[in-house]
This record gives sequence, structure tokens and C-alpha cells, in this order.
Amino acid sequence: MAEIRRYLSHYPADRQKSAILPILHIAQAEFGGWVSPEVMDKVAEILNIQPIEVYEVATFYTMFNLKPVGKHVLEVCRTGPCMLRGSDQLIEHLENRLGCKVGETSADGNFTLKTVECLASCGTGPMLQVREQFYENLDAASADQMLEDLKALTVRKPWEENY
Amino acid sequence: MGRKLLTEHINVEGIHTFDVYRKHGGYASVEKALKTMSPEEVVEEVKASGLRGRGGAGFPTGMKWSFLAKPEGKPRYLVCNADESEPGTFKDRYLMEKLPHLLIEGMITSSYALGARTSYIYIRGELLYVLRILEKAIAEAYANGFLGENILGSGYSLDLHVHPGGGAYICGEETALLESLEGKRGNPRNKPPFPAVWGLYGCPTVVNNVESIATVPWIITNTAAEYAKFGIGRSAGTKLISAGGNINKPGVYEIELGVPVEEFIYSDEYCGGIWKGRDMKAVIAGGSSVPILPKELILKTAAGEDRLMTYESLSDGGFATGTMLGSGGFFVMDDQTCIVRHTWTLARFYHHESCGQCSPCREGTGWMEKVLHRIEHGHGHMHDIDLLVSVAKQIEGNTICPLGDAAAWPVAAAVRHFREEFEWHVKHPQAATAPGAVFNKAESVLA
Repeated sequence: MAEIRRYLSHYPADRQKSAILPILHIAQAEFGGWVSPEVMDKVAEILNIQPIEVYEVATFYTMFNLKPVGKHVLEVCRTGPCMLRGSDQLIEHLENRLGCKVGETSADGNFTLKTVECLASCGTGPMLQVREQFYENLDAASADQMLEDLKALTVRKPWEENY
Repeated sequence: MGRKLLTEHINVEGIHTFDVYRKHGGYASVEKALKTMSPEEVVEEVKASGLRGRGGAGFPTGMKWSFLAKPEGKPRYLVCNADESEPGTFKDRYLMEKLPHLLIEGMITSSYALGARTSYIYIRGELLYVLRILEKAIAEAYANGFLGENILGSGYSLDLHVHPGGGAYICGEETALLESLEGKRGNPRNKPPFPAVWGLYGCPTVVNNVESIATVPWIITNTAAEYAKFGIGRSAGTKLISAGGNINKPGVYEIELGVPVEEFIYSDEYCGGIWKGRDMKAVIAGGSSVPILPKELILKTAAGEDRLMTYESLSDGGFATGTMLGSGGFFVMDDQTCIVRHTWTLARFYHHESCGQCSPCREGTGWMEKVLHRIEHGHGHMHDIDLLVSVAKQIEGNTICPLGDAAAWPVAAAVRHFREEFEWHVKHPQAATAPGAVFNKAESVLA
């Protein structure tokens, strides 16, 4: 809540709705990487707005997952500049390694595989994002290493100590 | 080696911290502006420098500032557009990550010029890690008296906040960005009224790109006259170029405007040539929205002159034979690149990112993606190629915001310059869909 209050203080008193995106990010990090209808209702309550105002925002912006996800969401860039540097091959490799297709979660529940559009990392593609971390210049070996590291990782939130 | 105005100290150890940044001349423009210049003088200086908006449109920054309405009793806002999402562009991310204080210094000096008391940096949501870097730097600036009440005893006060987006390319369009900052869906607004009159919370607002704002400190510290000495004619100063694609040395390069394109691609100082010893097929010079050009037209204009990295030279010949400097997202395609597949990924991008407000864009981007998918996967017809051109033409100019144009141009240009390759996909679906198959002009002529 301290983090939410900090954001609320950034906007004029009669414009608190501005904090909706920052709060949705906080909520998604807090509640396992996705925002449920209950979480969205809570956001509406904090901002003193109608729930529909939160739903329409959460469904517009692609970063918010509206269904449960695995422990880590792999968001692989698939746009032109990354394609030129091998994103097609990276996606295929990850599908084979994880035993699931894009949009699905691996059987062990560790990874959800997603494709996303350009992440402003075109000079270091192919690449993907997991929460706030970029993994760049990936090939089969470094992607496998990343998967191992992530499996062992304890997920922390940015506002926690030791983040 | 060209002179670096923004990135001269970017590799100095600890330059992301206040102390090191200050030691290297940082925040001098804030001192100079607040202590010796009126806000109007700062605006005039930026106007005189010839700086043009670095986000892509290239509109003169000082002129944009001078349009800001100043009604009594209403606050004014400066909003920094850090929603860098144009495929091929990654310069703002690099600048903010490495030199957060440069952007903050630019925000303070620019906010002073515009009379803003609260300013925002709207950063794309995928860059939350950069948001943390900026927030740390902002806290340092507050602690050292460069933000907050009565900055440097000047009587001028400013609060600066970073606001994350949520993953939507459209929010790079300034009115969509303002809607988003107000906590709504990122649907662009009809203009007029322009943000200079009716912007954030209905107040006069200036929205500027990261690189534009980060250039202001150098101009104010060193004067507009000095700045205007860099570059050529109406392309004044330096520009950050995001170099990517099939080159040996991808990265962000600060170039003096006017470097020949050929030198930029092949010299070891910049891109270092095409990777894997291959030949170059095409270039997209200013972010994915600008027209693609084949090798011969990116190196030389239709009139046979050397193409230069300037607004004017890159657009020489209009869209028939030229392109645009745009955001400086410069990516190179080697001779193994399938133009159809690449164009399809871009069409898919624009379909995904269309906000859905205007029918021509919402429906047209979907059709272009579908038709390109069909051609790429061996199910295309000859008339599909003209259908692409026709759809692109019907989107262009018929939408509230420029996303429609941005979606139409790359498709239209790919067909304009690489029609044979599209035809080859239709005529030889089996060959075209074989793994790793690429159109080869010479062989195709023989066949």
C-alpha cells in the first residue's frame, strides 16, 4: 500500500484515476503475475471509480494478464527487427524446450510462453522479457541457461528488500 | 570521429549518479537558465538552435513550445514522451538507462521555460526497470535542490514524476499518451484542439520526445549559435541512431546530421558493414513506419547523389524513391531476408497495436496482415498484391492519428520496391514456403 500511496501522490487530488496503470502494475506483481476480476474491483475501490473503468483499461493494455499464468512469463519479441536476428528460431526453440505452444503454460507450471511486439531492444535481439528483466542476444544455449536460472529463482517484488 | 553532444560522457563510470554527472558539467543549464535567463529567453534559444523533434515527426521543438497557451489560473504541463515503441528504435531507452540525469536536467530547464510546475515522464510499461533508474536519479535531484521548492533559490519550483504505460504502441501518439496519463484507454483525440491548448487534464501541455528534451541542456549551456554549427542546414545538430538488423555492430550511435548513409552502414565507427559477409538488400531508415528502400536507393538518391543522414536527403524523391529520417530507427536487411515475411511481421504489429477507434485502421490493418499472411504461406493470388496497395491507400489519411499512415506506408513501400518478390511468392508457393527459401532476383529471371 505504501507504493500505491506514493503513486497517488503524483497526481492532483481530483485526478487520482491517473494512478490506474501504476496500481495495476503493482497489483499484477503482488498477485502472481495476473489481475483477476476481484483484484480489478479492489483497484476501482482504491481509486473510487467504477469497476468498468478498470476493466476497460486492463483489457486495452497488453501487459496485463487477465488469466492465471505460470511462475515466469516469457515475453518474446517477434517484430521485424528481432525477426531479422532470429526471433522465429528462438520461439521455436522455446516451444520445443517447454513442450508448449505460444500462449500456453508448461506442464510444470514454471513458464508461460507469450509473444509480444517490439520491446525497444532491436540492437540486442533476439530477446525476451521476464517481469522487469530483459534477456538479450539469446541463442539456444543462453536461452537454456536462462530457463535453468529462472527455475531456481525466488521471485521478489521491486519494492521489497533484496530486490 | 564526430562530436558527441549528448553522449560524450555516457561511458564514464558512475555517470548515472548525481555526483559524477555533476562533476562532468551536469545541471549547468539549470543554473544558467534559472539564474540568468527568463523563461522566454530559454524558449527563444531553443527556437534559434533549429532543434527538431526527435521522436519522429521532426517538428521544430522551439516552435512547438511557442504555441503553448498561457491562460490565467490554469497550470501548464510538460510531458516527456518516453513511450519508445517504434520497431527499430531503442535510443531513448539507452539514453535514460545510462544518463538518467541528462533527461532530468532537460526536464527542469524545459519546464522552467514553459512555466510548468509539475512535469511527467511517461515511460512505456515494458521499461519498468528504467523507471526505477529514473526514480532513483530524481530522488537524488530532489536531495540536491534541483527539484522541489525554490530550486537553487530562484523562486522556481518543480515536481517531476515518472508514469508507466501498460503496453500500447499507440500511447506514443501524444494525445493517446495524455489520455493514458489520465488513466484511460489510449485512444487518440481529435485535433484541434491541440495539446498546447487542451492537453493533460484539459490544461495547456507540451509533449516532447526524450532525445529532444535531453538536447536542451547542451543548447542552453553552450548557446543556440554553437548548436546550429552542427549538422547541415535545416537538419541541425546531432541525432541518436538506433542501428539494428543484419549488421556487424548494432547499437546506438550519436551522429552529426549529414553523415553519408554509406559511411554509416559500412564504416567501423558505426554499423561495421553487413554481417556474415553478406550483401545488403534493403534498409528501413527511420523506424518501421517509414518506407523501406532497396540498397541502390538508400545509398544514392534517384538523381544519383549520395544519400546523407539528414531529414532532407533521406526524404529526397518523396515516397516514390525516398523515405524519412523518422525516429532514427535504422535497420538493415541482408540478402537472405524475405521481404514478404518481414513486411507481414510489421503488418501484424500495426494490426495488434491499432487502438480500434477508426474503422479504416482497425479493419485495414487486419486485412493487410491477413493478405500478407496468405501470400507468405503460399496461398496468395496475384490480385492480392494490388489489394494490399488498395487497402493501404484507403487507410492513409483517413484516421484520427498517424498510426494509420504508419501502418500503410511500410506495406505500400514493400510492394513498390519489391513487387517481383511478392509475385514470386504467388507464382511459386512451394519454393517460397520451403524452409529458409529466399527470393533470388537473378535466378527468378532465368526461371
